[in-house]
Amino acid sequence: MAAPTKRSSRPTPVRKAWRSLTWLGVIIAGLFAINAAGVIWGGGSWTPKLALDLEGGTQIILAPQLEDGQTASQEQLDQAVAIIRQRVDASGVAEAEINTEGSNVVVRIPGELDEQTAARIQSSAKLELRPVLLAGGATNESIDPSASPEPTEPAEELSSTPTVEPTDGSDPNWVTPALQAQYDDFNCAEMDENATNVAPADEPLVTCDTTRTVKYLLGPVEVSGEHIVDATNGMVQTSTGATTGQWAVNIVFDDQGTEDFAEVSTRLYGLKDQAPRDQFAFVLDGAVLSAPSMNGIITDGRPQITGQFQQADSKALADQLKFGALPISFTVQSTDTISPTLGTSQLQSGLIAGLIGLILVVIYTLFQYRALGSVTIASLIIAAVITYLAITILSWYEGYRLSLAGIAGLIVAIGFTADSFIVYFERVRDELRDGRPLVGAVEAGWKRAFRTVLASKGVNLLAAVVLFILAVGSVKGFAYTLGLTTVIDVIVVILFTHPMLQLLAQTKFFSSGNPWSGLDPNALGAVYRGRAEFRKPATVPARKVASSSKEAQKRQTIAERKAAVSAGVGSDEGKES
Amino acid sequence: MANRLTTFGNDLYTGKRSFNFVGGRRKWYLIAGILLILSVAIPLLRGVNFSIEFTGGSQFQIAGVEDATAQPAVDAVHSVVPESVPKVTVVGESGVRVQTEQLTQEESREVTSALASAYDVPEGEVTSTFIGPSWGADVTRQALVGLVAFVLLAAIIMALYFRTWKMSAAAIIALMADLVATVGIYAAVGFEISPAAMIGILTILSYSLYDTVVVFDKIRENTAEDGQESRRTFAESVNLAVNQTLVRSINTSVVAALPVAAILFIGAGVLGADTLRDISLALLIGILVGTWSTVFIAAPLYSQLREGEPAIKRHDAKVLKERERAAGASADAPAVASA
Repeated sequence: MAAPTKRSSRPTPVRKAWRSLTWLGVIIAGLFAINAAGVIWGGGSWTPKLALDLEGGTQIILAPQLEDGQTASQEQLDQAVAIIRQRVDASGVAEAEINTEGSNVVVRIPGELDEQTAARIQSSAKLELRPVLLAGGATNESIDPSASPEPTEPAEELSSTPTVEPTDGSDPNWVTPALQAQYDDFNCAEMDENATNVAPADEPLVTCDTTRTVKYLLGPVEVSGEHIVDATNGMVQTSTGATTGQWAVNIVFDDQGTEDFAEVSTRLYGLKDQAPRDQFAFVLDGAVLSAPSMNGIITDGRPQITGQFQQADSKALADQLKFGALPISFTVQSTDTISPTLGTSQLQSGLIAGLIGLILVVIYTLFQYRALGSVTIASLIIAAVITYLAITILSWYEGYRLSLAGIAGLIVAIGFTADSFIVYFERVRDELRDGRPLVGAVEAGWKRAFRTVLASKGVNLLAAVVLFILAVGSVKGFAYTLGLTTVIDVIVVILFTHPMLQLLAQTKFFSSGNPWSGLDPNALGAVYRGRAEFRKPATVPARKVASSSKEAQKRQTIAERKAAVSAGVGSDEGKES
Repeated sequence: MANRLTTFGNDLYTGKRSFNFVGGRRKWYLIAGILLILSVAIPLLRGVNFSIEFTGGSQFQIAGVEDATAQPAVDAVHSVVPESVPKVTVVGESGVRVQTEQLTQEESREVTSALASAYDVPEGEVTSTFIGPSWGADVTRQALVGLVAFVLLAAIIMALYFRTWKMSAAAIIALMADLVATVGIYAAVGFEISPAAMIGILTILSYSLYDTVVVFDKIRENTAEDGQESRRTFAESVNLAVNQTLVRSINTSVVAALPVAAILFIGAGVLGADTLRDISLALLIGILVGTWSTVFIAAPLYSQLREGEPAIKRHDAKVLKERERAAGASADAPAVASA
């Protein structure tokens, strides 16, 4: 910054000011253009998307249930999100949002949520390995359920307890007459809707495969999915290491799984001629992913599933086995159902609160800073425009949604934004008090205020970032807007507030120290001592000044008193006692 | 034309008027100490009123009710869960909020429809919230981690910026006092501590430090500018800086508090705007307390931390000696008013 007091440098602040304002214009135009592009090509909009608490809808927060000291990896969470998304999509809910927040999975569904979808979201992904007792083509003649013959109620007399206690998972004694009837009537098309495909681990299960083409009656759970350590896909290799060109899924069990699986594979291999009882079903969320038959006794816990796989199929199955088998299940931490009317009224009250807050700030700054207050107001308007555009763009691009806490952050930001102007204005006033002419005071004040504003806003930003990273739920929205507005505040104070003051300092109204300008040197107690001469060098000997009495001090001019102050005495400030 | 605060500011700036913030620190510490003891004791004695997010439970809100009374809600809950003791609050003119212990999904649905028919509104208009007992624990843990992470980072950054750990330490101690006092006031008045209130309390961290950084920046400027040539003792320099920034502190606090007060005012009367109410209440208390702590705790504390340094001790001694000599030369000049 050029020495602000030299006459020759006077046009420099003006040139700089216009340059800053041009940059500001470029930024605003740029944001506007990005948003316009988003609206035209990217499905954006001119209003930010609203969170469920303002829009109405249901938000479910699922927390992973973990043993002490365990943490869910991002990979596990992402897979959980993918699984839950599949479930929500399957129920035909539009515009559902499923995300991770910290270690939680958050499901947001606009509008009313039906019970079945809710139940589906909340049920945990569970992988079970069950032996096949019966298998057959799906009873799918009725894809249209209304046309299907009513499933006959299992007659009362059909026994549902085995007459002979089954000895192992493949024992046909599991198939009681009641179960047989249920199996016969089971309609794969209606499988999910009726949540029929659930059974305790120690009971048989009637279900279909995921494509709903094969119907199964399965024995009790023999190996729990969490014993799968890893599942990968790869080419089948012969003993010489050459590939056969066939895709397979390789599974690795842990010790317990190896033991369990060895026992099962021995038994099923012994049933080789009794298909389908040599098959072993991998059941994810009650639907059969795959039911390969046992081609050998596997004791090393590393079975390989082969079949008519394409690369993608084998990858999908491997992923499902691997991640469906995670020892991670979720509990519902909170459910919020917000009616649309309540959401609308909350949005309204938020906006009204913001408006009232804004008006109060405007009145106060006008009262305190007179015409200078108009710079604050203009700066707040510029900040508001940039914030609005930024939020709209973020809502389009990042999927940000404005929540009530976010609105609270924006309102609080009105005051925090005005803060930095006050720091600046007070600095300029300080410089005026020191006797500088306005143009010089603006430059010198800015130089000092700028550093202070950067430091203090840095602290604000740090708080917002820490809150955002660590926050759960509504804290996030608040931290987000608070951080965003802090950055915007700094931009505005550099590119708008300061240049405006630089320009206003040139006007007669302000430079002449009009009483209404808010920068009236007389009101500020400064005595104009001629250009480039503000502060008397502190050469007054301490002894001499000290001899002046208190009464005399009061009669000093401010500059004299200032000299006295810098001489270290003459002020009535306190000394350590 | 100058309004009173401007004139006041002038006087503070030039040193015509001065509050002895640094000198009277024993008094301020004592007041702060009493406040802090009360802030810790009151919540311990009275117990803290934790919101449903911390205790777990179910909450229902019915908006747009024609006749907002509590009895229909109690009856509706009893029709589903007879042994329940619901907490029913009438909010505004047309809102009812019902809190119960944790209900199963089935019960929750039944209560929703019972409430809808009791108040004659469509079922979709009943807002329901279920919060598991671990939710609040989660929020608390995260908040504490956030608190520690922020304080550590802020302490390091401030120490780097101000190039002395003593400013950083003084600021952080004042910050802690803010937190304790805010929670204390919150608990003393009996407000519910909700996650939104915790957001507010955490945001105070940011505001309190913001205020402190601005004042400390001026302190640093004053003490660095004057250096060895200064005719003021270190404490006097610090005190002058606080006085010079006092009008600014008042103005920024008022400006920050105004919108927050607006949120509080609106949020308190509107059903479901609890988030607004809780954030703003904590913030409002925190902004006021934060300004107080900067002036009365942070600055005096910083001065105290530095006064012991040999260089500053020597300087102060020199200044005082010179002053004494000057006073001796002219007996009728009480050059320095002792506090």
